[in-house]
Amino acid sequence: MIDIGNLMFNYRTVREHGNSAFGMRIDRLTVPAGASAALVGPSGSGKTTLLSLIAGTLRPSSGSINVNHQIITGFNDRALGDFRIHNVGQVFQTFELLNYLTVIENVMLPWYITGEGHKKEIRKRAIDLLSNVSLDSKALSRPDELSQGEQQRVAVCRAMLNHPSILLADEPTGNLDQQNKQNVVDLLQEQARTYDSTLLMVTHDESLLAQFDLVLDIRSIATSPDSKPVQ
Amino acid sequence: MSGALYLGWRYLAHHRLKSSILVASITLMLFLPAATRLLVEDSAAALTARADYTPLILGASGSELELVLNTLYFHAEPPPALRNIAFEDARATRLAKFIPVNARFHAHGAPIVGTSLDYFDFRELRIASGRQMGLLGECVIGANVAARGKLGPGDFLISSPETVFDIAGVYPLKMTIAGVLNVTGTADDEAIFVDVRTSWIIQGLGHGHTDLAKPGTSSSILNRREDMITANAALTQYAEITPENVAEFHFHGSSETFPLTGVIAIPPDQKNSALLRGRYQGNDAGLQLIVPGAVLTDLLDTVFAVQNYIILGLVILSLATIAVITLVFLLSHQLRRGEFHTLSRIGASRGYVSLLIASEVGFVFLLSAGLAAGLTLITRHYAMQLLQSFLTL
Repeated sequence: MIDIGNLMFNYRTVREHGNSAFGMRIDRLTVPAGASAALVGPSGSGKTTLLSLIAGTLRPSSGSINVNHQIITGFNDRALGDFRIHNVGQVFQTFELLNYLTVIENVMLPWYITGEGHKKEIRKRAIDLLSNVSLDSKALSRPDELSQGEQQRVAVCRAMLNHPSILLADEPTGNLDQQNKQNVVDLLQEQARTYDSTLLMVTHDESLLAQFDLVLDIRSIATSPDSKPVQ
Repeated sequence: MSGALYLGWRYLAHHRLKSSILVASITLMLFLPAATRLLVEDSAAALTARADYTPLILGASGSELELVLNTLYFHAEPPPALRNIAFEDARATRLAKFIPVNARFHAHGAPIVGTSLDYFDFRELRIASGRQMGLLGECVIGANVAARGKLGPGDFLISSPETVFDIAGVYPLKMTIAGVLNVTGTADDEAIFVDVRTSWIIQGLGHGHTDLAKPGTSSSILNRREDMITANAALTQYAEITPENVAEFHFHGSSETFPLTGVIAIPPDQKNSALLRGRYQGNDAGLQLIVPGAVLTDLLDTVFAVQNYIILGLVILSLATIAVITLVFLLSHQLRRGEFHTLSRIGASRGYVSLLIASEVGFVFLLSAGLAAGLTLITRHYAMQLLQSFLTL
């Protein structure tokens, strides 16, 4: 479950991260637990910012973000990192796989960060995830030896390793052809259903929207701090 | 924590070329000053140990350093010759035990050292195989000479003519190897020891041939008078001393004038040492009595001064290398900002990312330090052999 109330995010926070001046206000946004939601809106309207706020990689100026009954806006950096790795799975538009690791090591990356659990079990879990997306035969390959579609599937597996309660995907289909787009959406939905995760996916592709429980238009949920809709 | 170390290692392993260049640079940066220092110190220790163990050296006036290097390490450049009478006179003083050394010839690239059996007791040299030399023309060889030439008792060595134009003497002499010395780790391992009289035969001061006074040698005689026999060119000298012909070897001239390169003097106590040194102080017979340790200390003072300049230069070079390596790491950090950001977005703390970077730097330095230590040990091992070879050239 994601519940956002009276959230204010202003340019000063953004400027620290090197973006242009920007502001955003969300009075209320709720995504029920286990739901799948598509987040749409024009470029630069704040979709990625919203995902970053929910993941805790950006901090709001005020307001609250409640993720599975945890008010993350009060967390310090260390607690936010801990929260992310245990509760949030993220799929990035550019995959962001580490080329110096093999495919299976990339999937196991969250474990290399936490070190929690037995390596054998985690490895088996990673193999199972790769097997679900027919990539178990490429477990020892390097990411740059895979096609874009395959790399995105590896990124999804990495996001799912810790069975996150929240799955955030930032335009994961942006670089893919139609067939691969469909495959990735199917995969995300299937994984979210399997682990009862709440899925929030940013997309520009209207053909995919019908497959989501909710379609959230950023323009209708976020306004600029001076109450004008965010553009 | 182990995850960050693993990722650091995987990054370095993946970027092999970059990592290798970094490791090689740091290895050289650590190795060169350390090796230089150790080499100089080890060489100095090796040089002074042998010099300190040799109380005094008597020689002809001239370069003290040449006399020390020749007498202790059988250095190729022989000092001015000392007449055998000087050795006999010194022995007559009874102030010390005197050991003659005549080291001016070579065989198979190794110095031939003419000396007495006292030398072996003084240096505590033991025969590892075979026996001690007993006859003229026999030799005992150092362990390295034996190993290098795969030589053993019963084999032969032929002395090298010093120059092909030297028709007046220094004939090649075939020497029988009587024994091989044990390994000592000193210049003795690189030498061929013969009796001092054998070295004089090599020098052409003694030789052997058919006794012309015997009947049946008329074909070799040009002219026979009551007091002198003149031989023709058909008379050949023996190139080898055997039990059969040893009696026919003889020396021409007075043995008092025969040359030595140096005489090791071993006084029994400080008093005799002082008396002996006093005797040769301001000697006007062209002799000098020197303390080898003091001569080498003077030499090493210069070597250490040069070493300090070299190390200073290497330290400056190392600082420049550190600056470049720091720049490489900083640039690499900049290039990998995306990767670190990804780690952070997944949930890694700043501490984790710092540990990852530190582990990479740590691995590079650890590997370099290990390699530098290994290289230093290897260099140290071979450098001592190199030093000995250099001193016996």
